Amino acid sequence: MASWPILSITTFLPLVGALFIMMLNGEDESGKRNARWVALWATIVTFAVSLMMLARFDGASAEFQFVEKQPWLAGTIIYHMGVDGISFPLVMLTTAILPICIIASWQSIQVRVKEYMIAFLVLETLMIGTFSALDLVLFYLFFEGGLIPMFLIIGVWGGPRRVYASFKFFLYTLLGSVLMLLAIMAMYWSAGTTDIVALLKFKFSYSLQVWAWLAFFASLAVKMPMWPVHTWLPDAHVEAPTAGSVVLAAILLKMGGYGFLRFSLPMFPEASVLFAPLVFGLSVIAIIYTSLVAMMQEDVKKLIAYSSVAHMGFVTMGIFAMTTQGVAGGVFQMISHGIVSGALFLCVGVVYDRMHTREIAAYGGLVNRMPLFAAVFLIFTLANVGLPGTSGFVGEFLTLIGTFKVNTWVASLATIGVILSACYALWLYRKMVFGQLTKPALLTIRDLTPREILIFVPLVVLTILFGIYPKPVLDMSAASVSALVDNLQTSAKKSVAKGK
Amino acid sequence: MYQAIVFLPLLGFVLAAIIAIAGARARNPGGGPEEHGHDSGHGAQSHDAHAHDAHGDDHGHGPVEPAAMGSRAAELITTTLLFVSCALSWIAFVQVGLFHQDAHVRMLPFIFSGDLKVEWALRIDTLTAVMLVVVTTVSSLVHLYSIGYMAEDPYRPRFMAYLSLFTFAMLMLVTSDNLVQMFFGWEGVGLASYLLIGFWYQKPEANAAAIKAFVVNRVGDFGFALGIFALFMVTGAVDFETIFAQAPALTGKTIHFLSWNFDMLTVICLMLFVGAMGKSAQFLLHTWLPDAMEGPTPVSALIHAATMVTAGVFMVARLSPLFELAPTAQTFVVFIGATTALFAATVGLVQNDIKRIVAYSTCSQLGYMFVAMGTGAYSVGMYHLFTHAFFKALLFLGSGSVIHAMHHEQDIRNMGGLKDKIPFTYWAMTIGTLALTGFPFTAGYFSKDAIIEAAFASHNPMALYAFLATTIGALLTAFYSWRLVFKTFHGKPHDQKHYDAAHESPLTMTIPLAALAAGSLLAGYPFKEMFVGHHGVEEFFRESLKFVASNHILEEMHRVPYWIAMLPTLMLAIGFGTAWIFYIRRPDIPVELARQHDSLYKFLLNKWYIDELYDFVFVRPAKWLGYTLWKKGDGWLIDGFGPDGVSARVLDVTRNVVRVQTGYLYHYAFTMLIGVAALVTWFMFSTGGSH
Repeated sequence: MASWPILSITTFLPLVGALFIMMLNGEDESGKRNARWVALWATIVTFAVSLMMLARFDGASAEFQFVEKQPWLAGTIIYHMGVDGISFPLVMLTTAILPICIIASWQSIQVRVKEYMIAFLVLETLMIGTFSALDLVLFYLFFEGGLIPMFLIIGVWGGPRRVYASFKFFLYTLLGSVLMLLAIMAMYWSAGTTDIVALLKFKFSYSLQVWAWLAFFASLAVKMPMWPVHTWLPDAHVEAPTAGSVVLAAILLKMGGYGFLRFSLPMFPEASVLFAPLVFGLSVIAIIYTSLVAMMQEDVKKLIAYSSVAHMGFVTMGIFAMTTQGVAGGVFQMISHGIVSGALFLCVGVVYDRMHTREIAAYGGLVNRMPLFAAVFLIFTLANVGLPGTSGFVGEFLTLIGTFKVNTWVASLATIGVILSACYALWLYRKMVFGQLTKPALLTIRDLTPREILIFVPLVVLTILFGIYPKPVLDMSAASVSALVDNLQTSAKKSVAKGK
Repeated sequence: MYQAIVFLPLLGFVLAAIIAIAGARARNPGGGPEEHGHDSGHGAQSHDAHAHDAHGDDHGHGPVEPAAMGSRAAELITTTLLFVSCALSWIAFVQVGLFHQDAHVRMLPFIFSGDLKVEWALRIDTLTAVMLVVVTTVSSLVHLYSIGYMAEDPYRPRFMAYLSLFTFAMLMLVTSDNLVQMFFGWEGVGLASYLLIGFWYQKPEANAAAIKAFVVNRVGDFGFALGIFALFMVTGAVDFETIFAQAPALTGKTIHFLSWNFDMLTVICLMLFVGAMGKSAQFLLHTWLPDAMEGPTPVSALIHAATMVTAGVFMVARLSPLFELAPTAQTFVVFIGATTALFAATVGLVQNDIKRIVAYSTCSQLGYMFVAMGTGAYSVGMYHLFTHAFFKALLFLGSGSVIHAMHHEQDIRNMGGLKDKIPFTYWAMTIGTLALTGFPFTAGYFSKDAIIEAAFASHNPMALYAFLATTIGALLTAFYSWRLVFKTFHGKPHDQKHYDAAHESPLTMTIPLAALAAGSLLAGYPFKEMFVGHHGVEEFFRESLKFVASNHILEEMHRVPYWIAMLPTLMLAIGFGTAWIFYIRRPDIPVELARQHDSLYKFLLNKWYIDELYDFVFVRPAKWLGYTLWKKGDGWLIDGFGPDGVSARVLDVTRNVVRVQTGYLYHYAFTMLIGVAALVTWFMFSTGGSH
């Protein structure tokens, strides 16, 4: 068992599934059905394998685990994979969300089913690879490669303005990627290796740190997304099919936060200390600005997209607080947001499939015909609001309490976001779910199907479980987080000493 | 046993919720988009049913729909579990209060991260025991009452589930051994309040009131959360044991908060108190409470009178080891309490909705409790909390009985002469009013007098203001309370149709009324020594309340002059007399007065225009800002100069040169691939060169 390359198996199993679907032929009903089933089984088996990793993962260790190392391109770029307490929760999140995405697309995708399923499976491989690559070039390949299937998912199966949305997405990410690539080259020239484990120990010069930090920031801030480079997200969400939104919100947005934790903070610690006020400022603006904007939205998906930007603001704020609670809260918030925002987009998908509109005003009084949907939507709305007892609370609470120690202004202003989130989330819920059911089109709407219930049950369970008992996630990341924070604190002290 | 007290209501919630969801599911079966139209007939029918019963008043759902299946089971389960929990609470009260068997039950780790350690744990001391008794007693009676009051409502399982959920959250709040768990209960009761106010979700006003309650409470919670963060920063802990042990060492220290240095304990206590102001509807954060009356009346009795709104008072008592060391914060508490006591009473004078009058009265009485808290007479504040729970729940449930009898009429101008039609309710309301207005030897008499005496004896800078405010407040309370009774039960009926149909409530409703009436009469004297007596308090509360060495308020308040002790009774007499003249003897006087002082009357009727002020200062600007940031910030500035601008330029160029801009996604994807390929190539070549 131990000699199995289990991490690579997890990473590439979806790709194998994709190859399998490619070999299927026929666009008829049976072809579609086969493609769906193959995709579902591929994601489920991947999830099962990742559960085996979970059983063997040692949360007490800050070291990389399940490490695999194979010489690859010309001997310099090494196929080096491994996970630690920061990346492994994200890998688990990915493998857990993907089967749900496949089930959610079961009925709603009827054209080019084969290609759709292939895109999702390739995307899964690339996302797991992003989180577990331990070589910069390998990481870059996964990181940028992941955008291609996402482009396709929005551009082929998206809504009417899909070309505009994907072009916007493309423009933003292109700029960041180029800069990141340059920084990667510079790091290679300076350190002589692209191996992440070696780079983590390497001390970059201060000037290189500063501009490499900025270059990485350009790319990661877009992915996060942070204000003011967030405007691609609402458009991308609006146009993406339901499962595309789920993957985008639940996993792709986490690549930015992961990048900060993997590269910016440990490799450029002094630059991170230098730029922390910038990140704080942008995070606070993101939280308040996008919450206010969210209040005025008329499109359900846009509203949830804006609220995502606000919630990711808590993540960047917590990470750059550089305290144990802040960073642990950031990691937890990423997992929690992955579950909750994914579930919210699924909720929107439920009514979108029935009514084919995302306009909030087109709904109202849904509880009269869809009581179970109302209950599920309520739970995720409350988690989005950060109500204690849901996972949303733990992440927000930890990031805020961790930031307060460092900067009371930032924490206090960010806490205002908690008030605003109650405004827009409850307003949305009221407009869609409460009230009398008067709109003629809604009179025949029906409650959740068994398949939809199947999707929501695990998400509801996790949202409440992690809200009451967040220990599994916190313990998984604790050792890595404290190693990271200790490292940062020493270099922060050093830079203070240098300043004197 | 303590776990049972707390978790039995949770069990009730879960079971009732399952019944509610199963019932709702049976009426509205699931179906995907592809199954459209299968039952359009049914859909249209149920819609018509809703449209016809829009009679507005207290009920949102009409009696048209049959009750959900399992309604009876849900009622029995939740009510029985609550009564068990209540019985256990009284046992706990005796054990802890009289036999001093404090308990600490550790249950489960909650949030562990670095030096932050939060556990799920129960802390049972006398302060908690008092709250346990109040919460479970009122809650079990309200559960019972609801069976009768909600008998016509088709969604009873859901209602009972919410009630039990509320009770669970409230119990978590009062048994908490740390601030985070308290915050869990704090927001949990807020959630239950939101759900219950908005129970009749077809009424737009109910939905609006529910959101308002939640959001205004969140404003308070904002302060509470900052207080927790600050306490964690300075003590490294969030559990009461550690914080209280460190508190004396924190006196005189300063904290750098925002950009200024403040006295540490003062600013922490003030932040926490903002949370208390929100939950207990104190002046400036009170606006949600009157609107919350949109919810069913049993909810008002349970949440908005006896339990949830007293959470703020409980919090200050629980944190007495901190507040005792922060005199400036205490002064602020007294000021806010006194202002609320007076402000709410003035508004209560002119309201016409029976529930809103009682709501303003609640607001005012909570102000009294905070006056006691601020003067350091914590046990006295708890005493009033204890007695108030009985008579205010009684008044609300009595009002509910009136509303029930009048077929959901709530305007007292349309009532009158009801005392012969519903004599039992009349007597219950009278007893509640006697207790509220402090008629000698009723429960309210002892506790309210004690607060006024404490205000008089205190050395707090705001003490004189508080004394005057509470004394005048007592006069106003007597007036508006008796006004309510006279206009509702005496005089001539103003709406003959409703009057003729009026009927006494069923037994499930009158039994709770009787029990609470007994409490309103008798809950005062037997407990006086425990809550007010100098030695009794020490003996009863022991460590759960902290009095610093210089705090002699309990001794001093026993030495106030005789006329001070008699003053509240005098105020009652004046208030009662005025109300009697105005509403029995010469009903033309109030009409004349209102006409002569029109602007004052309008000012009071419109609640000092505070809602309008908030709308102008907060709501509109926030909406304007949100819209502007969206359209101008995101749309014009960021997109205009960012991607849209860039793409427009690119388009300009390419349109003239080559038609690269095909709009096909594959092209973009292909561009990305080229980038990746270029990178790999570069590496292969550069490494190839180095070998």
